[in-house]
Amino acid sequence: MTIAAPTSYTIPAIADDLPEIRRSLWRRAWIFCRRQPLGTFGMVIVIIMAIAGLSAEWIAPYSPTANDFSAMTEPPSWAHWLGTDQFGRDQLSRIIYGARTALIVGFSCAIIASLAGMVLGVGSAYFGGRLDLYLQGVLDVVMAFPLIIMALAVVAIFGTGVHNVIFAITIPLIPRCARVLRSSALSIREVPYIDAARACGFGHSRIILRHMVPNVVAPFLILLTAFVGQAILAEASLSYLGLGVQEPVPAWGLMLQGGAEEYASTAPWIAVFPGLAIALTVFGFSLFGDALRDALDPKLRDR
Amino acid sequence: MTLAELDAKPLLEVRGLQMHFPVTEGIVISRKIGEVKAVDGINFTVRRGETLGLVGESGCGKTTTGRCILRLERPTAGEILYDGIDIAKLERKDLMVLRRRIQVIFQDPYSSLNPRMKVGEIIAEPIMVHGIERSAARRSARVRELLSVCGLDPKFADRYPHEMSGGQRQRVGIARALALEPEFIVCDEAVSALDVSIQAQIVNLLEDLRGQFGLTYLFIAHDLSVVRHLCQRVAVMYLGRIVELAECDELFDNPLHPYTQALLAAVPVPDPTVEASRTFRPVRGEVPSAINPPPGCVFHPRCPIAVETCRQIRPELREPRSAHWVACTEVRV
Amino acid sequence: MYRYIIKRILLVIPTLLGAAALVFLLMRLIPGDICVVRLGSGGGTFDERAVAACHAQLGLDRPIFVQFVNFVWGFFRGDFGISMWSGKPVLTEIAARFPVSLEIAIMAVVVATIIAIPLGTLSALKQNSPIDFVIRVVSIAGLATPSFWLGILFILAILNISQAAFGAPWMPPIDYVPIWQDPLRNLSMVIFPALTVGYRTSAVTMRMTRSAMLEVLREDYIRTARAKGLVEHLIINRHALKNALLPVVTLIGIEAAFLIGGLVVTEQVFNLNGIGRLFVQSVQNQDYTMTQALVMLVVAAFVLTNTVVDLLYAWLDPRIRYG
Repeated sequence: MTIAAPTSYTIPAIADDLPEIRRSLWRRAWIFCRRQPLGTFGMVIVIIMAIAGLSAEWIAPYSPTANDFSAMTEPPSWAHWLGTDQFGRDQLSRIIYGARTALIVGFSCAIIASLAGMVLGVGSAYFGGRLDLYLQGVLDVVMAFPLIIMALAVVAIFGTGVHNVIFAITIPLIPRCARVLRSSALSIREVPYIDAARACGFGHSRIILRHMVPNVVAPFLILLTAFVGQAILAEASLSYLGLGVQEPVPAWGLMLQGGAEEYASTAPWIAVFPGLAIALTVFGFSLFGDALRDALDPKLRDR
Repeated sequence: MTLAELDAKPLLEVRGLQMHFPVTEGIVISRKIGEVKAVDGINFTVRRGETLGLVGESGCGKTTTGRCILRLERPTAGEILYDGIDIAKLERKDLMVLRRRIQVIFQDPYSSLNPRMKVGEIIAEPIMVHGIERSAARRSARVRELLSVCGLDPKFADRYPHEMSGGQRQRVGIARALALEPEFIVCDEAVSALDVSIQAQIVNLLEDLRGQFGLTYLFIAHDLSVVRHLCQRVAVMYLGRIVELAECDELFDNPLHPYTQALLAAVPVPDPTVEASRTFRPVRGEVPSAINPPPGCVFHPRCPIAVETCRQIRPELREPRSAHWVACTEVRV
Repeated sequence: MYRYIIKRILLVIPTLLGAAALVFLLMRLIPGDICVVRLGSGGGTFDERAVAACHAQLGLDRPIFVQFVNFVWGFFRGDFGISMWSGKPVLTEIAARFPVSLEIAIMAVVVATIIAIPLGTLSALKQNSPIDFVIRVVSIAGLATPSFWLGILFILAILNISQAAFGAPWMPPIDYVPIWQDPLRNLSMVIFPALTVGYRTSAVTMRMTRSAMLEVLREDYIRTARAKGLVEHLIINRHALKNALLPVVTLIGIEAAFLIGGLVVTEQVFNLNGIGRLFVQSVQNQDYTMTQALVMLVVAAFVLTNTVVDLLYAWLDPRIRYG
């Protein structure tokens, strides 16, 4: 039995009539904004906070640490848009500078934890076997500690201050990232193109970095945005308890610590505005992260 | 290239290959309670320049055999002699050299290419890693050359896999396999996932490439009609063992093993008069589990000509006709 | 199924041992000598004998492995050591403060569930409507709001409202009275912290209920029930809800961690004498014995909660039960 075969089989590249499905990054960003209004709103909030933090020196009307005992606990006015606290410090300036602290801590923790988690998670999935088993056991143990508890324990040992806070919050975030990325990596470990890479004789690092990591970028990005929000909340809680960032570094959590309850009834603006800043920033990241997850879902993509 | 022109000394010789996967159980400590005998002692040779077909149903161990030859798995036992060297026991360094000589084409065009890399990068990567062309310009020239040899316009090098059809992607897979200038290519169901019309194109492409580059193929498939067109010799596998091995036409015209006969009887003939006169007797029963294969001849529970001894003795390959091997004690010529 | 139960329960042991090892390690990482830090009067001078006595008392003069075994064995016996701050046994201090935190935690879960499940279901039923939008925004806000700030806002509200209503500001009581002694006083103390802590849990549960419900409502057996003419609320209650609530159960395990974190700050806000506040104080006062005991307690509670939740899930999902 024979198969009748066509004599020529060269397929001409129809590259010229390739439909315009390859879009530039700008165009895709624009589509994202149109399709995900909430996410765009969140992104805008984040960008505003980032600009505030970056340009604090230029846009803050006062120094965040300048005490002014002639203007203690003043309600919002034209001179002080968000009022002053019990030391006469301008709230608006402190919130602007506080944005810088929050975002530095937030991004540092998120980026370090996600990268470390990615290395551990993908590596663990790739090598499998006993390495995977033992590493998972260790990560499970670290994950048995709730985030705040772990962070507090680390602070108890190493002390307070910005650097220790970043360290304290990053540690519990790493296994959470590793766990998620490991399961993503496991699902692509048995895929033929990984086998093909092995059959071509590629080494472990090339396969992991060039073939596995790029294919877990979607969950990685989503985790990254989620971590920023969580880190900001954790830092605020630590600072509120007095065990995080210390004076004179301006931080939103710190602003709520200093007698916010004492003045709750007489000067509510001291309590309201810093907390609002925290909530708004984390809210922005959450909205953006949600929208990002929707946008990256391959089932919903237009490809 | 006729059979007579083929080199007498085999390029690949497989002896007693076994691949057993352990089945574990246990709450705290996992104990091995059994093995999946995916490949249970097979012997065959592939001569330089020929295409050996390896056929069988799903789960018969043909893909595992291919993976063992490629050293994607480490065989449990046996020898794989490639050009005289036992590659079953090689370590990493030596394997790199081997990779240039043995390559693979996978079944699924949709998952055998990294979706995040452009086609040109996919093909160029092995060239770069093995240091065949050190300059990027020469590499991309080589990529374009490989693409056109496989029947694709070189402009495809800038495309991503998802921007191409299944047949086009499979051609990219073939181009990648050729990138390292191998002598031996394992085609693991290379056309099974394609539409029939595309299958014909790819099969012809593989034939042409074999002639053009002097390649040797191990063609793993379950579609017998494709195998007949492409292969010089065919081996039939069942439950991890080879049951019949013969020249292609000889096997199709004179199948000796009951399993082969059943397989061929199941293929419809596109001639209504012939088809009407055939009596179709399907094989009874189902393929048994590979963890607990039947004793003796693994086919005996389903075999129409089985006798008592078939349950006790495992039949070895014998040669009742010239160059035609059968693993059955009851076959009479 | 039984194998699953045994396996799951057995898994607890290495996890707890590992956690104990980690806590032990962390405490040993504290720079400097604990005894010197606590007894030293600054300037680098310290009483040699007092430090030696302190070493002996804490068992620091023994080899590391022996210390660890004593550490773990101590937990089994219920001997958690002596608080370095108050001098009283750690167990006593914890026991005194435990009821408050437990009650707040339980109330938080109860309140959260009562609010979240109906709202989540409503949100799913009326998908993409204004109600759904509002509920989703409220739940995302719940995840973004720091719980201590919410507590502060509650206090603000209570003070201002009571001022306006009764002419004098009223604060919830801060000394604990068991619920069977004086229910009104007890509840008035606990309800606001419970709402504060529970807001986050209710937000997460709301979102989970909504997405689980949406998935279930798309299933074929719901379409069949509707085609059979079954009344809508029967469909929801009898068919949809049971299946949708399964993943919500596992949420409880995960949320237990956040509950504990919420407790820590909320007790600070409301000035309540619970375990969370004790934890913060122990860190502030460098009371390492207390800190390590509390961390172990929290971790053990978390691990046990997750185990119970996993087993509960396995029992509820018939596919696992009979599989």
